[in-house]
Amino acid sequence: MKTLNYFWHFVMGSLAVVSRGTRAYYAWVGLLVLVILIGVGAYMDQASTGLVTTNMRDPVSWGFYIGNFAFLVGVAAAAVVLVIPAYVYNWGPFRDVVLIAELLSVAAIVMCILFVTVDLGRPEYVWHLAPGLGTPNFPHSMLVWDILVLNAYFLINYFIVTYLLFMAFTGQKYNPSFIMPVIFLSIPLAIGIHSVTAMLFMGLKSRPFWHSAILAPRFLSSAFCAGPALLLLVFQVLRSVGKIKISNEALFKIGELIAYAMAVNLFFLGVEVFTEFYGETAHSVHARFQWFGIHGSSAIALWTWLALACNSLALVGFMVPSLRYRLPILSAACVLAIAGVYIEKGMGLLLPGMTPGVLGEVYHYIPSLNEVMVAAGIWGIGVLLFTLMVKVAMEITVGKMRYEQP
Amino acid sequence: MSSPKQQEEREVRGASRREFLKTAATGAAAVMGAPGAAQAFDFESFLQKNFRQMSDEEIDEVLDRLSRKYSKKYGKDVTVDAVGPMDDVVYGYGLDISRCIGCRRCVYACVEENNQSRDPEIQWIRVLEFEREAATRGIDMEDGNPYYDHETVPAEDKFYLPMACMHCEDSPCTNVCPTGATWSDPDGIVVIDYDWCIGCRYCMAACPYGARKFNWGEPNVSAEDINPDMHLLGNRPRSRGVVEKCSFCIQRVRKGRYPACLEACPVGARKFGNLLDPDSEIRYLLKHKRTFVLKSELKTNPKFFYFYG
Repeated sequence: MKTLNYFWHFVMGSLAVVSRGTRAYYAWVGLLVLVILIGVGAYMDQASTGLVTTNMRDPVSWGFYIGNFAFLVGVAAAAVVLVIPAYVYNWGPFRDVVLIAELLSVAAIVMCILFVTVDLGRPEYVWHLAPGLGTPNFPHSMLVWDILVLNAYFLINYFIVTYLLFMAFTGQKYNPSFIMPVIFLSIPLAIGIHSVTAMLFMGLKSRPFWHSAILAPRFLSSAFCAGPALLLLVFQVLRSVGKIKISNEALFKIGELIAYAMAVNLFFLGVEVFTEFYGETAHSVHARFQWFGIHGSSAIALWTWLALACNSLALVGFMVPSLRYRLPILSAACVLAIAGVYIEKGMGLLLPGMTPGVLGEVYHYIPSLNEVMVAAGIWGIGVLLFTLMVKVAMEITVGKMRYEQP
Repeated sequence: MSSPKQQEEREVRGASRREFLKTAATGAAAVMGAPGAAQAFDFESFLQKNFRQMSDEEIDEVLDRLSRKYSKKYGKDVTVDAVGPMDDVVYGYGLDISRCIGCRRCVYACVEENNQSRDPEIQWIRVLEFEREAATRGIDMEDGNPYYDHETVPAEDKFYLPMACMHCEDSPCTNVCPTGATWSDPDGIVVIDYDWCIGCRYCMAACPYGARKFNWGEPNVSAEDINPDMHLLGNRPRSRGVVEKCSFCIQRVRKGRYPACLEACPVGARKFGNLLDPDSEIRYLLKHKRTFVLKSELKTNPKFFYFYG
């Protein structure tokens, strides 16, 4: 009963915290709400006329939505890059910020689920997937596996951050023998969500570009670049707008970790490119499309090379200590890494996989304006959720939001 | 096959689930509070079970409801049935590529028979045109042109490869479907429960033959054009947001008729029959002709065979 009473105050306190703030905070939230409204409007258009409002068609039957989904699963999984040093090795500088990484995971998973949902032709029938209510095709369908691990990862992370913040809110010390096993469970699950998402594609023998064992390792390595890079930027913003203390040491360490991940990521890419082009087969046509374009269109190739350039430059920025220790350069490297991975893992993964189609047709897909607006709306929801959660977390961490005896 | 006990359990589970959903759906409607939306919304079809979990009575109810619904909508006497597979029958299809002239009569006959949307246009059969010389490098789908448009066919130095669902024995599409909305029936026909499909299109990504088509927009078939002899898992009207494909004309073949594409073929290039009957024409062809299947290296084991000579 007492805990319930505490929790009630926790919820009400959180609501109070998110509803007040500086003018900049209101402007930021207002902007996000505007983006969300645009997205909702675009989605209503899609829901009433069908997915014909997108530019997906039979030959390229997955597009921008699923590309964003693949990228965001990586962002969600990337929290482990901080979780492992913070909890397993108890490294101080990360202990202060790991909560924020976990909150980013939660927001990213919400976006993932929304991206898959807007991609459905008949979302109102999604209960057909639910165990008990529907008939999930388990264990055959990797999509069912993905839904299971994504939901499990979401619940676990959500639980961990809520528990830790709640304990801090009530002034109690958290119980390590209770929460540490849950945190340890979240580590293999993070690897799991991204591996299973890769397997969703790798298992398709109809699509030679995806039917490759390197896909899961590449998914993980690129995730460990983009996710921490995003966090690094977020930390700097939070440090300037909030009272939260984040040491430079933590930022530099994250940069160093991204350097390793990016080196591995580029190595995996090189291995794949070598296999495709040195031992070229009919199946290499997809890689050819990706790197050089086919049938007179090389738009995708430009993006591919751009992603490579971004990632390579980012690697230099993260790797060379004299560059890494300069915050503006470190931030620029983060932007490059995020852009590079977003291209290579979004459209760079989806489009070559489906172009040419299984019957050889070349359909040049570019997302429609409506598709982009729906996607922007989902990003808006994720960023808003993250903003609100971080605001509460910061106020609790710095001790401004505390349970007070009435 | 499930035991009677399992069947009973399923039904009990189904009943409680149905009640739960009914309550939930009514609640949701009350929350939305939109009388217009509630009117357009068909609760009975929304709460319908997966076809494979329905009892015979439940299937009859659905067939009756749909027959009435479509009869009213199209102003003609529509019957929807769900005739099951025959014993000791597995269907196989043969196509003689040395005879096919690429006239696409099969494509149009299929559209009419199977109520494919005219606008937006959906066609289950696709005919690829190849340069004969190009095929010296092997049949590479990329060399095929589905958009050929000649005054007369066959064009010189070309050959034709019509394709539709291969009704694979090891079908990747049914394997990946997250809801179990598509499966292979005992007679080998890969069917789709259009009321159970959620439109995720994972099956389309998985199919190596491009057989599956998605209803990106609202499908349209005029009352005049609609074929009123329908099968629940075959040619009955589809809704927006679901996947469809060739069903070997399930509404015909399970009543002992040939598929519409076979009947439309002017050169007799199309053959169809029971693979389990040693005296069937299809078995004769498999034995005496040079036969191949497409993308055999993928081990999907199609039941659609190409032959020549």
